[in-house]
Amino acid sequence: MRNLLFVLLLAAAPAFAIDKAALAKLAEGDNDEKIQAIAALLAEGDPEAAAVLAKFAEGEVVVDGKPVEVVVNNRVRVAVADALAALGLLAPERATRLAAAKALAGGADALMLPLVKKALDKESDPEIKSLLELVASSMQMKGGDKATRIAAIERLGTSNSPNSRTLLAEAVADADEDIRIAAQKSLREVQGKLAWGERAGLLFAGVSLGSILLLAALGLAITYGLMGVINMAHGELIMIGAYTTYVIQDFFKMTFPKAFDWYLLAAIPASFVVAGLVGMMLERVVIRWLYGRPLETLLATWGISLMLIQSVRTIFGAANVQVENPAFMSGGIQAFAGVVLPWSRIWIIAFAALVLFLMYFLLTKTRLGLFVRGVTQNREMAACVGVHTGRVDMWAFGLGSGIAGLAGCALSQIGNVGPDLGQGYIVDSFMVVVFGGVGQLAGTVYAALTLGFANKFLESVSGAVIAKIVVLVFIIFFIQRRPQGLFAVKGRTVEA
Amino acid sequence: MKRRNFVKQLALSAAVAAIGLGSTAILAQGKTVKVGVLHSLSGTMAISETVLKDIALMAFDEINAKGGVMGMKIEPVVVDPASNWPLFAEKARQLITQDKVAVTFGCWTSVSRKSVLPVFEELNSLLFYPVQYEGEEISRNVFYTGAAPNQQAIPAVEYLMSKDGGSAKRWVLLGTDYVYPRTTNKILRAFLKSKGVAEADIMEEYTPFGHSDYQTIIAKIKKFSSEGKKTAVVSTINGDSNVPFYKELGNQGLKATDVPVVAFSVGEEELRGVDTKPLVGHLAAWNYFMSIKAPANDEFTKKWGAYAKAKNIAGHKDKPLTNDPMEATYIGIYMWKQAVEKAKSFDTAKVSAAMGGQTFTAPSGITSTMDAKNHHLHKAVFIGEVKADGQFNVVWKTKGPVKAQPWSPFIAGNDKKKDEPALMAEKKK
Repeated sequence: MRNLLFVLLLAAAPAFAIDKAALAKLAEGDNDEKIQAIAALLAEGDPEAAAVLAKFAEGEVVVDGKPVEVVVNNRVRVAVADALAALGLLAPERATRLAAAKALAGGADALMLPLVKKALDKESDPEIKSLLELVASSMQMKGGDKATRIAAIERLGTSNSPNSRTLLAEAVADADEDIRIAAQKSLREVQGKLAWGERAGLLFAGVSLGSILLLAALGLAITYGLMGVINMAHGELIMIGAYTTYVIQDFFKMTFPKAFDWYLLAAIPASFVVAGLVGMMLERVVIRWLYGRPLETLLATWGISLMLIQSVRTIFGAANVQVENPAFMSGGIQAFAGVVLPWSRIWIIAFAALVLFLMYFLLTKTRLGLFVRGVTQNREMAACVGVHTGRVDMWAFGLGSGIAGLAGCALSQIGNVGPDLGQGYIVDSFMVVVFGGVGQLAGTVYAALTLGFANKFLESVSGAVIAKIVVLVFIIFFIQRRPQGLFAVKGRTVEA
Repeated sequence: MKRRNFVKQLALSAAVAAIGLGSTAILAQGKTVKVGVLHSLSGTMAISETVLKDIALMAFDEINAKGGVMGMKIEPVVVDPASNWPLFAEKARQLITQDKVAVTFGCWTSVSRKSVLPVFEELNSLLFYPVQYEGEEISRNVFYTGAAPNQQAIPAVEYLMSKDGGSAKRWVLLGTDYVYPRTTNKILRAFLKSKGVAEADIMEEYTPFGHSDYQTIIAKIKKFSSEGKKTAVVSTINGDSNVPFYKELGNQGLKATDVPVVAFSVGEEELRGVDTKPLVGHLAAWNYFMSIKAPANDEFTKKWGAYAKAKNIAGHKDKPLTNDPMEATYIGIYMWKQAVEKAKSFDTAKVSAAMGGQTFTAPSGITSTMDAKNHHLHKAVFIGEVKADGQFNVVWKTKGPVKAQPWSPFIAGNDKKKDEPALMAEKKK
């Protein structure tokens, strides 16, 4: 049936008005009838058909000037997509043809072969042409004589799409031995290429998780690593950053709906400042009285974390709030065959790198950084040479808290924002800092990336539940063998 | 306080002694009757459960406005078990023994239901459970107004196997790691095998509660689906993990036309705030969708919208959404009212006996009937595809209500189990 109409399309029937019977079927018929009607519209070759079909895919058909709501399910949607791609193949614009070829490369019905061949003959663009050749090969695989099939199988071996693997996997079980051998060879080639894509995808997932862990732990690397404050409220500072992002987003939605996509630019400094201010206040009011008493600090900050959670729950409600992604954070980029890298994760990796760089710069190249390092290494001596150690403590704690706020801003883009958000990251953050070696920025970076990779690798092998357990067990053993972490601070500060 | 309690107790025991009547609730509470609402208002399940508390309060308001239950006003007692399973049992005990509620409406996850079950059985109180679940349970103290596996999971998988559903041949069973997904997947695995699906064509994956990084899992699904034959994913992910899951699914461009994902715990409410444009065509199976066109549904959604606005319920006041467990809660509350009025008593045993055969015109437009024996509702099954606006398009439905099979025939040994609760009263004798 479909065969017939693609042939009809090839015959390039003169433009008719849109067939009313077909429209009625689109509106009223069952799925089989709808697919027939799509085919009928395609056969007419009317340029208007594309518009009608596109509208139909969204669930509307105009019959006798009246819009009728229709139900389009996945099966019908595939048929529409194929039909639209088929129409697009002969379009004059290169972009349309390329999109159509890509759509067909995702797995098209073999009945469209004559159409694809016709498009191939006319095609001059090398990129579209090679795509179409693959499409043609995947169609020829199933039917035709042996020589064509083997040629098609060999050409598929050069492709790197997951779709080719599916096709070749079927051909491996073919009755004919020559075809089987050719298919096995091609399948190995495709699988080799896909395996690289998978490895790259895994690597990216590891870096992405690592960057998130790094963001969550960087603030703690200052407050715990450098200052020695066991800050159990660190997770809640992350949460405050995420809620600040939410408030800014809502503000933008209400006041500048047109500039909504840019709310993140405002949310980044805002979350830094808000979390930083909360941190500085905590330091001045509670923590500074507890320096040198880790147990009390732990209990006090834990209490603060509960208070922060409860206040957020009272203000914003217990349920999660929605932070919408701006357009540039949605979707992904096709990097390798079958591997799509989401933009949100790419941006977060870049953001983590930027924050890391700025922090490194601040700690090593500025006066404040010098003071912070001085105070952490030898408080008395720093005070003797005129450093206002109390003020430095406050700024350093504020900086660590502000970075936690930045982490919250980033996390709001990929996860849920709720009062308990911080609870999920506090364990991970401490794990990263302790694993990397307390007091070491570089250690934190290595530890975050190592844990990111280890987690993702184990997840791909054993599943998420086991991976989590294995990583925790590993950390326990590691800390037992090497309590100072990956990188130990050398010198007399170790005791402090 | 203590003295008053003592006086109350004294009066009560005198009354009981004098009349020899067991229905303590009426006498103890005079003109109002207390009912418990036991839903997580915080934690990972709050995304799904908070709204069930609100719809319950709306139903109570409605009933009170029309004169209450047997002339008594309903006085709701709302507690927050905070997605913490042992806390569910604690709060249930508090509701029954301290607040002396006549009935409790609550729970979402099966693990929370399993946690409160011994409490309700020990104290002989009633629980109405409004969510689809894995079956394998009939308690005389629980009425299940959500779907059993044969009213949701099995029809959904059958649909995906059919020509219209895309003739799926390979299956990924993906879930949160607890009793509901594990049992449902056990049933589905047996079902798929009975349909001739090979072991190698089924992949099972679990994530912890609150999991938020679905990169590797989606990569795994992609790989699995490219290894031959049409693949479908059955998702029993629960709670707020669904948001990162669907975000990742959309971002990685896994389209419903290639690999459809059918979910059993994702409805209109869970998809709020997720950009659903890349998710068009992914499926959910329920016994109710907000988009169902029925007069009863128009009325239900209108009432909810007005109530959300009046009570200033976050999110719903601007964009009111209804979903299946909300409908099931609503049905449960009205059926309880009808049963109490039929029994003319709040006594657990009498209300229980009166529940069998109760009918109610559900918002889905179907007349739901409580089974005479097995404590489950007869419900119609709908399968919907996600639309760009976050609503669902119903693409398939059963002809009429389906009787629940809490003991799935796909689990060995279930054929011998009785389709009604074991009577504890008899055991006691």
